[in-house]
Amino acid sequence: MSTTIETSATSLLRFATAGSVDDGKSTLVGRLLHDSKSVLADQLEAVEHASRRRGQEAPDLALLTDGLRAEREQGITIDVAYRYFATARRRFILADTPGHVQYTRNMVTGASTAELAVVLVDARNGVVEQTRRHAAVAALLRVPHVVLAVNKMDLVEYAEPVFAAIAEEFTAYAASLGVKDVVAVPISALAGDNVVEPSAHMDWYGGPTLLEHLETVPVGSDPSIEPARFPVQYVIRPQTEENPDYRGYAGQLASGVLRVGDTVTVLPSGHTSTVAGIDALGAETDIAWAPQSVTVRLADDIDISRGDLIAAGPAPVPTKDIEATVCHLNERPLTVGAKVLLKHTTRTVRALVKEISYRIDIDSLEQRSGAEGLKVNDIGHVVLRTAEPLALDDYTDNRRTGSFLLIDPADGTTLTAGMAGEAFDTVSTNDAPDEEDWV
Amino acid sequence: MTTATRSLVATDGNPYALSHLDALEAESVHIFREVAGEFERPVILFSGGKDSIVMLHLALKAFAPAAIPFSLLHVDTGHNFPEVIEYRDRTAAQHNLRLHVASVQDFIDRGLLRERPDGTRNPLQTVPLLDAIESNKFDAVFGGGRRDEEKARAKERVFSLRDEFGAWDPRRQRPELWSLYNGRHAPGEHVRVFPLSNWTELDVWQYIEREDIELPEIYYAHERDVFKRDGMWLTAGEWGGPKEHETVEKRLIRYRTVGDMSCTGAVDSDAATIADVIAEIAASRLTERGATRADDKMSEAAMEDRKREGYF
Repeated sequence: MSTTIETSATSLLRFATAGSVDDGKSTLVGRLLHDSKSVLADQLEAVEHASRRRGQEAPDLALLTDGLRAEREQGITIDVAYRYFATARRRFILADTPGHVQYTRNMVTGASTAELAVVLVDARNGVVEQTRRHAAVAALLRVPHVVLAVNKMDLVEYAEPVFAAIAEEFTAYAASLGVKDVVAVPISALAGDNVVEPSAHMDWYGGPTLLEHLETVPVGSDPSIEPARFPVQYVIRPQTEENPDYRGYAGQLASGVLRVGDTVTVLPSGHTSTVAGIDALGAETDIAWAPQSVTVRLADDIDISRGDLIAAGPAPVPTKDIEATVCHLNERPLTVGAKVLLKHTTRTVRALVKEISYRIDIDSLEQRSGAEGLKVNDIGHVVLRTAEPLALDDYTDNRRTGSFLLIDPADGTTLTAGMAGEAFDTVSTNDAPDEEDWV
Repeated sequence: MTTATRSLVATDGNPYALSHLDALEAESVHIFREVAGEFERPVILFSGGKDSIVMLHLALKAFAPAAIPFSLLHVDTGHNFPEVIEYRDRTAAQHNLRLHVASVQDFIDRGLLRERPDGTRNPLQTVPLLDAIESNKFDAVFGGGRRDEEKARAKERVFSLRDEFGAWDPRRQRPELWSLYNGRHAPGEHVRVFPLSNWTELDVWQYIEREDIELPEIYYAHERDVFKRDGMWLTAGEWGGPKEHETVEKRLIRYRTVGDMSCTGAVDSDAATIADVIAEIAASRLTERGATRADDKMSEAAMEDRKREGYF
């Protein structure tokens, strides 16, 4: 039994793709799926059949990914879709985000769970406004790794200087946003160069193919250097004959490591206790780390319920005043004075939008003050007041305990994605009133 | 159980790295506990098929050593495999779970549904399902659907809001960010929850192997009387097959999916163990649905259309 487990103990990489309409993103995704042999005969047959019916000669790989009736009818991608493929070394979950009109919202959605973002550029056009926007969103969402895929190299005679200039410009821009890890790969998604197979046309390129990089990039953070954060999801109390006194706090470690014997603080109450036991889905263990789902037992009988945070190491100070960078997701604008619900980890509280400090022009990264509301796809900075104190980390420090949603209390609509703290490490300020009519 | 030891199988040289199965398991357990924390009356859709069996196994682990705080619901088409029904009843009893059965046959007998000319009952499940959800006031319904199954499913959220008619509107889905699931719903609405969204068929089988989970025997190779219809091997039975010109033969087969007998095809196979099955599907050039589901072949958007009406 153990041999099978070891050979199947591959890791999991969640990544997102970003690219504007004509950059060839669907072709790239189709190529990754097709060349990694993740497209099976019946799926290919369906695509060939549909392509023929539309009068196309070659199978249109984009039909592999456009799943909805309206998408196929209009030939566009409407919504984020998730794709799955595997190689011998790794399993992949790809958040395939459309480059169409609503790109900011969709890319934010895809990037929120991604450990890597592939930004696609057309080699003929180089770094354009869209590219900067994609880099900015990846930086904003703190996606740890960014890959610049310079596509359509076949249309620029596979020329190294073209690639080098684009790679240099992009890397400098990404660095200014605080993105530390950028890898640039020259590809042709259509011809298959450097996507899965190394290119025969670009001897000058000594780096990995796109897939090779995806297979080898380190995944997961190092939990041993992070403070432990354990949002309590559910209290487990069997009250049975075998377990009359069992009281365990079920949850998923958002960061760090917990060991039996660790001193912990329960927030927002501030009570301290010691970890008496850890149950890893039915089996006792003495250590657990992010992102494992476990059940924690404490030495002291203190009042803990869903929404509380068990923390070790330096703990956040619970507060009712929250400053955050947000991306507004809904057609209804977010306005000052709006009463909303705020969902943070496992806790949902009432909240008031006190102030919209500024809106960020995602292309120039300038802060534009004087905003009264945020429209769909806008990114801005807000001040919120909550009805109960919340233990938030800065999103910079912790993507899980630093993120939240704003929800419309009337109908439950998800309005806004929030990240506690400032957006970027370095931003320019422009206090001139916004000239656009966007309120 | 050696969960802790197994998790320590290092990948990428990082002692804290989780294998893909551990990562998927942790995520699914998180989803079960979110629903337990936020909803009043959740139910697990349990068909006795491998996905719902894995789902139940994960739920058992999520709440151990306590019992699962949900009941089970099965929509019985009346044309199910007897081995699967036996497994369903035995499993519910073993874990002391309440099993609700919504019966398509019952709806036909009461004149509320009409048999289709092709005898396929899969599409008829929607009405009894929605009726059971409404009459039991279920507000969260777990399904074993996976996004890798079909391209309309690839667009589905983990928490999928359904209106008072049970309908899915792909254009009005809530964006889903991080692991923050929004389960808010109005009275009469409910949320479909898919804890296996990010699993593939192979993941499910690897997990079945790792956890040594028992499945109904029809998942493994056995001899059975079958006949060919629309390129698939179907089990002969009282549901309406074979027809006059269709001939029955005994073949060594197994099932990749479990559903209504009238539209679930068997595949030729000599895979007798979990390891055999894994080797077989890893080498297969057909998807699970492509190989075994007649109802998805009806049109290019068959799944999407049924989902819009309230199907899983």
